[in-house]
Amino acid sequence: MLTLTILVPLIGALAILYVNEDRCRKVACVLGAIPLLLLIIAWIGFDTGAGAPVFQWVESYPWIPSLGVGWRMGVDGIALAIATMSALLFVATIAWPAETQGRPRQYYAWFLFLEAVSLGVFLTLDLLLFYVFFDLSLVGLFFLIGRWGHGDAQRAALKFFVYTFAGSLAMLLAIIALVLTTDPVTFDMRELIARQPLAGMDVRGALVLLGFVIGLGIKTPFVPLHTWLPPAHVDAPGPASAILAGVLLKMGTYGLIRIPFSMMSATFARYAFALGIVAVVSILWGALVAMAQRDLKRRIAYTSVNHMGYSLLGIAAAGALVGGGEQAARQMALTGATVEMVAHGLITGSLFLICGVFWQRGREYDLQTYGGLAQVAPRLTGFAVLASFASLGLPGLAGFVAELQIFVGTFGVYPWLAAIGLVGILITAALFLQMLQQLFFGELPARWSDFSDLGRVETRLLAVLAVLVVVIGIYPVWLLTLINSTTAVLTGGP
Amino acid sequence: MPIGDVLPEISVLVSAVVLLLAASFMRQQDHWRLAIGALASLFAAAVLCALQLGEPARLTFAGVWALDGASIWARLLILATTAICVALTPEWLRSDRRHGEYYAMLLLAALGAMLLAGAADLLQLVMAVLLSSVTGYTLAAYHRAWPLSVEAGMKYFLVGALTNTLLMIGVTLLFGLFGSTDYAQIAKAATDAPQIMALIGLTLVVVGVAFKLAAVPAHTWMPDVSEGAPPPAAAFLTVAPKIGAAIALARLVTIFPADVVAWRPLVATLAVATMTIGNLGALGQSDVRRLLGWSSISQSGYALMAVTAVGLNAQAIPALLFFLGAYAAANLAAFAAVTQLRGRTNLADYRGLATARPGIAAVLVVSFLSLVGIPPLGGFVGKLALFVTTIEAGYAWLAVIAVINTVVSLVYYLRVLGPVYFGDLDGPVPVLGGWAQKALYLATLLTIGLGILAEPLWSELGRVMLLP
Repeated sequence: MLTLTILVPLIGALAILYVNEDRCRKVACVLGAIPLLLLIIAWIGFDTGAGAPVFQWVESYPWIPSLGVGWRMGVDGIALAIATMSALLFVATIAWPAETQGRPRQYYAWFLFLEAVSLGVFLTLDLLLFYVFFDLSLVGLFFLIGRWGHGDAQRAALKFFVYTFAGSLAMLLAIIALVLTTDPVTFDMRELIARQPLAGMDVRGALVLLGFVIGLGIKTPFVPLHTWLPPAHVDAPGPASAILAGVLLKMGTYGLIRIPFSMMSATFARYAFALGIVAVVSILWGALVAMAQRDLKRRIAYTSVNHMGYSLLGIAAAGALVGGGEQAARQMALTGATVEMVAHGLITGSLFLICGVFWQRGREYDLQTYGGLAQVAPRLTGFAVLASFASLGLPGLAGFVAELQIFVGTFGVYPWLAAIGLVGILITAALFLQMLQQLFFGELPARWSDFSDLGRVETRLLAVLAVLVVVIGIYPVWLLTLINSTTAVLTGGP
Repeated sequence: MPIGDVLPEISVLVSAVVLLLAASFMRQQDHWRLAIGALASLFAAAVLCALQLGEPARLTFAGVWALDGASIWARLLILATTAICVALTPEWLRSDRRHGEYYAMLLLAALGAMLLAGAADLLQLVMAVLLSSVTGYTLAAYHRAWPLSVEAGMKYFLVGALTNTLLMIGVTLLFGLFGSTDYAQIAKAATDAPQIMALIGLTLVVVGVAFKLAAVPAHTWMPDVSEGAPPPAAAFLTVAPKIGAAIALARLVTIFPADVVAWRPLVATLAVATMTIGNLGALGQSDVRRLLGWSSISQSGYALMAVTAVGLNAQAIPALLFFLGAYAAANLAAFAAVTQLRGRTNLADYRGLATARPGIAAVLVVSFLSLVGIPPLGGFVGKLALFVTTIEAGYAWLAVIAVINTVVSLVYYLRVLGPVYFGDLDGPVPVLGGWAQKALYLATLLTIGLGILAEPLWSELGRVMLLP
C-alpha cells in the first residue's frame, strides 16, 4: 500500500504528459490526492497501542540483494504524520491556480514526480532508497524553480541544486561508512537501528555523524549552512516555494531523527549539546535576519531557518541521553519537534502560497510598497493574519502546541539553551506583527486600489490548511497519540 | 597453439579486412550496407567472447594473454560500445568518399582496445597501445578537409608519440630489471626489486597507459579530439580505449607488491589530478563537445579510484567494470545526442532544445545526470560501488575528493541542461536520422537499465577475477 502511495504519482507524472492541456490540473489533483487517501487509511489502521510494532505497513522486495539494498517501505508514527502532512500540502499546491506559462503538462508532471519522491523519503525503510529519493527531490525542484520561477530563476535553481547536492553526497559517504560496519552489508534501517553498528567506535562514529549533520543540515537548513535557501525561495513560483519549505526542509530534520538519532544513539548523545547550540544559533540568527528583510518572501524564508531551529533543538534535547534518563522530558521534546515539523509545513506552506498571491497580483515582494490591503482584500488578510499568528506561536494554534512541548522538554535537559531559545519567539512575534501591519493596515497606496482578493479555489485551499492549524492547536490529541507511540520507543520509554 | 582462445579477436580482425576489401569494390552509396556487416561481425565476436565466460580463468599463449573475468567483460563492453558507434555512423558519413573504410578502421581500433584488456605481458601491452593509437589518430582526423579534425588528429598523434616513447623506455627499464616481460615472471622477481628503478619504470609505463585512459599527465588530446573528430568517432575514442586501458592498468600495477613499489600513492595521485583537472577544464566550456571531452577526463579519474583499491578488497574490479559500463552507456548517449543533432556544439545553440526535440533533451538529462551519479541511473550504482570499495580499502579521503569533484561536475552539466530546458528556441533543429536515433535510445535505455536492474550484472561481476 505504501508502494502504491509512491507509484501512483510517479506513473501519473508520466501519464499526464499525454493528457489534454485543459484537463491537466484536474487529473493532477486526482492523482495527487490518491496518496493522501492511502496515507489517511494507513493512519486509521496504525496501531498505537503499547507493544505494537514500531514500523507498520511494512513491505519489502529485493532490489540489489548483493549490496543489501531492497525496496523496503514502512512507517512509524513520526514518518506517517509528516508524510500525511506532505501529501496534503501537495494536493493543495497542485490544486492551487498557478501560472503554468503555457506548459501545464510539464508543470504538473514535475509536481507529481516531486510528490512521489518526497513521500518516498518519508516512507522508505532502506537507507540507500532514502538517499535515492532524497536526491531525486532535488532534480524535481530544480526543474520547477528553473522553468517556472521568476527573477534570476536559472541561477537560483543552479545554486539550490549544487549546494544541496553537496549535502546529499556528504550524507552518501556517511551512509556508506555506516553500513560498511555491518557484515553482511545491509541498508535495512530496522537492522541498522537494532544493531547500532557504530557503538564503541569514537572517531569513525564522530566522522559519520559529521557527514550526516552536514548533509541533513544543509537541507534543514541550520546556520551557517542556510545560504542557499533565500534565493531559492525568492525566485521559485509560490507553490514550489510552499513545497520547498513545507516538505523538503522536513527531510533534513526527519533524516536526523531516522538516521543518526536512531542508528547511532550513543554517538548522537555525545554531540547532542553541540547540536543544541547550533539550534539556538539558528533560532536567533534566523529570527534576527528575518526581521531585517524588506522582501516579503525572504522574510518568511528566514523564519523557516528559525522554526527548523526549534525542531532541531527538540531533537538535540531528546537525544542527549541514552536509555531512560529524563525520559518524560526527552519524549516531550521529540514529540514537540515532530509536531513542529507538521505545523511548520502547514503554516509556512500557507504563508508561501499567500506570497504567491502577492506576486501574481503585484509582481512585487517589497514590503514597503504595500499597505492597507485589509480594505480591498479581507479574505487574504484573514488567512495571512491567522498563519502569521500561528507561526509566531499564539496559544490555540498549531505552532504553540509544538513550541510549548519543545521548550518544556528542553528545560528538563538543557535549561540554559531553552532559555536563550525563548528569545527567538519574542523576535518572531515582533517581525510578524510588523509585517502584518505593513501589508494590511495603514494607508492603501493608489496602485493597489484594484488589488483583487482571493479567488474561490484559493480561499478553499487556504481554508483547509487553516482549519487544520486551528484543530491541531485546540485538539491535538489525535496527532500526539500517533507521534507519542513512536517517540516513547525512541527515547527509551515504556 | 590455442587459437580458440583468441577467436573473438581473430573474427574482428578478419571482418576488418573483409570490410576493407568490400569497401574498395562497392559503390560509395552502398557503403552503408557495410555497417550491417560490421554489426554482424561484432555480434559474432561478442558471442565468441561470451562463450569464454564459462571457462576457468587462465593465462594462455605462454602467459601473454589473460582470459579472466576482467578481460572478458571488458572486451564484451568494448564490442557493445563499438556496435553503438557503428550505428551512429552511416548517416554521418553518407557523403564521405571513404565511408566504407571507416568501419574497418573502427574494428581495428576496437581490436586494439580489446588487446589492452587482455594484455599480460609488457610487449603485448605495447602492441595493444600502438594498435589502438594508430587507428585512433586516423579516426580522429577522418574529416581530413576540416581543419579542426586534422588538428585533433595531429594533437592526438603528438601526445601519443611522446607517451608511446615513454612507455617503451619504461618497458625497457622493467625488462632490464627483471629479465622478463611476462607479468607472472615480473611478479615473482618484483619482491626484491631495486625500489626506485622499478618505480621509475612503472611510472613511465603508467604514463603510456594513461594516454589511452586520457588521464593526467597525458590527457591534453581529449578535448580536441572530442571537439574535432567526427562525433561517432569521438564517442568511440572517449569510451572504448578507456575500458581497455583501465583494465590494463589494473592488471599491470597489481603485479608489483604495494609495499615494495609504492604504486597505490601514484595511482591515487593520478586519480585526484585527473578528476580535478578534468572538472576544472569543463567548468568554463561553452562548447558542448569540448565539455564532454573534459568531463570524460574527469570520469577517468573516478575509474582510477577503483584501480587504487585493486587488491585491497574483492569489489574493486567489479566496481571498476560496472562504473566503466555505466560511463560507457551514458557517454555514448550524450555523444549520440550530439550526433543526432548533426554535431551541434555551441552551448548557445542548445537553447530551448526541449521545446523542439523533447526526446533528445530527455536523453541529455538522463545521460548527464547519470554521469553526475544521480540515482537511480547506472552512473549512480557505478559511483556507489566506487565509493564503497575505496572507503573499504581505507582510502576514504579519495572518496571525499571524488565527492567534491562530483559537486563541481554538477555545475557544468547543469550549465548545459539549463538552456536546454529554460531557454527560448531560435531556429529549427535538424536531426540526422533513424540509425542514430536507434543508437541514441538504446544507449539511454542501457543507462537507465544499469541503474534500476543493476542486480543481475552486479552479482555476475562479483565473481570476476583479475590475473595474474
